[in-house]
Amino acid sequence: MKILVPLKRVPDPELKTKIQDGAVDLSNVSWVVNPFDEYAVEAALRLVENADDGSRHGEVVVLTLGPDDAAAQLRSALAMGADRAIRIEANDDEIDAGTVVDALVAIIDAEKPDIVLMGKQAVDGDSNQAGQMLAGKLAWPQATFAASIELAGDKSTVTVGREVDAGVEYKKIPLPGIITADLRIISPRAVINHITPDSHEYQDGPRYASLKGIMKAKKKPMDVKSMADIGVTAAPVIKRVSVELPPQRPAGQIVESVQELVAKLNEEAKAL
Amino acid sequence: MGNVLAFCETSGDKLRTNALANITFARQAAEKHGGDVIVVLVGKAVSAAGSAAAAYAGKVITVEADALDNYMAETYAPIVARIAGDENASVVCATASATGKDLVPRVAALIGAGMASDIAGITGKNQFKRPILAGNAYSSVDISTDVICVTVRQSEFDPAAELATAGQVSSAEAGDVESFGAEVVRVESSKSDRPDLNDADVVVSGGRGMKNGDNFKVLEELADLLGAAMGASRAATDAGMVPADWQVGQTGKIVAPNLYIAVAISGAIQHLAGMKSSKTIVAINKDAEAPIFQVADYGLVATWEKAIPELVEEIKKLKESQT
Repeated sequence: MKILVPLKRVPDPELKTKIQDGAVDLSNVSWVVNPFDEYAVEAALRLVENADDGSRHGEVVVLTLGPDDAAAQLRSALAMGADRAIRIEANDDEIDAGTVVDALVAIIDAEKPDIVLMGKQAVDGDSNQAGQMLAGKLAWPQATFAASIELAGDKSTVTVGREVDAGVEYKKIPLPGIITADLRIISPRAVINHITPDSHEYQDGPRYASLKGIMKAKKKPMDVKSMADIGVTAAPVIKRVSVELPPQRPAGQIVESVQELVAKLNEEAKAL
Repeated sequence: MGNVLAFCETSGDKLRTNALANITFARQAAEKHGGDVIVVLVGKAVSAAGSAAAAYAGKVITVEADALDNYMAETYAPIVARIAGDENASVVCATASATGKDLVPRVAALIGAGMASDIAGITGKNQFKRPILAGNAYSSVDISTDVICVTVRQSEFDPAAELATAGQVSSAEAGDVESFGAEVVRVESSKSDRPDLNDADVVVSGGRGMKNGDNFKVLEELADLLGAAMGASRAATDAGMVPADWQVGQTGKIVAPNLYIAVAISGAIQHLAGMKSSKTIVAINKDAEAPIFQVADYGLVATWEKAIPELVEEIKKLKESQT
């Protein structure tokens, strides 16, 4: 079993992002792995690891498109436990969803993974497109917004619990296929691989890299390729024209009692 | 010149309410593109919903086949892509629901379209405004492909009004329905008599401060009194207090009701991204410093244990006095 996890770096979502001159100010930004992609790495590891005898039944390959310093986010994923990494040289401003998908198609042709597992969206652009587009391009089945994954014993299919408007939909797809990870994929029992004993307890959330993991990550292979190497020409069709702050809500008021609240909702806001 | 193909979701004989925001966008786009709005409905039996849709668009195309009973991107995307070509569409759009978000990027890949997700407005023929960074900024994007795909944020577009004259409904062949081996095994729905969270006029949401699922009962009493949908913060759904599909926020549902009542919710950016377009926001929290008060029109610093039963009583009194 080979799982490819494409990941993207994003400005740390815990820190306030500055908008300057109609663009997001990235000059002093602290980059992290997109949280949903980090969840995808965690889910990929859970799909292949912890057989009865502690062995692993597969390989997890992480991939990103980005400049030199995007290697740091690949190293984070290697420190979590991924086996090797691929970085495709690209400038942030020449990447749009279409370019990413073209590059992924080229890598998938070469790597032939059984599963491509990625975050459902990057928390900077919030687009939620790449997985579905990739599936369309490859003519592969897709299971987006995965809250749970069960890999069949014969490893030929996965059944994915998807959070949809009406509840949870269980969708079964044959492999190879695309899965995009939602929030709850990192809950303790969200991933079932039929090799890990039921008694195995996962913590809630993506694992922290151990010191040993970080040391090992430095020696794991990281392949660097140019767009030309993989035969892709970046031709962005989406141009970000401007960025502005959202309209501010006018300041509200603090009421002193429930009675005052109900009176104001009724008379002032006409909301009751 | 090009037409606008609006993929709309159905629910039995009806259009889903979320389709009306999509149609409003489609009309705006059609004006800019000098074409017509064409609604496409796909499913096992959608003719009745087709008649309902004709109240809103000059042309409605229904595509029916047994194999299309359950929505799947694999089977629906090629149909929408083919009709987009047949109908000379320069824009293909859907509401940014779980279905729309799953479907439209796959359609975009099939027809080589550039795509703008979850848009809040159309600012030019091929230019769209959309929230980024969990709603902390709006970005305007320009798309240079001949055909453009769009998903529409329901809360940012008013529901479309009916046309003076109903449109024409026609049907198109489903053709060979190819599932790529995918199948929907089952759906576990959280059935409720309350309105759909996306469409509700009033939403009552609880957060981590509710402590456990049982305590949500008092909020449900308030919700039922107001005819409201129930919502929750990510902290509450992650803790398993309430079903995951109650989650309001950047990664949950984006809502914009007339009245949003946030109880024991601190107001993380992630949550605010899902509700700050609501018309009137009420925050009830015991912590006067909670960020939720910065977006609230009316804030009450109180514990939910004290405030909610009082609020239920006061609203009952008010309702009685109004009848």
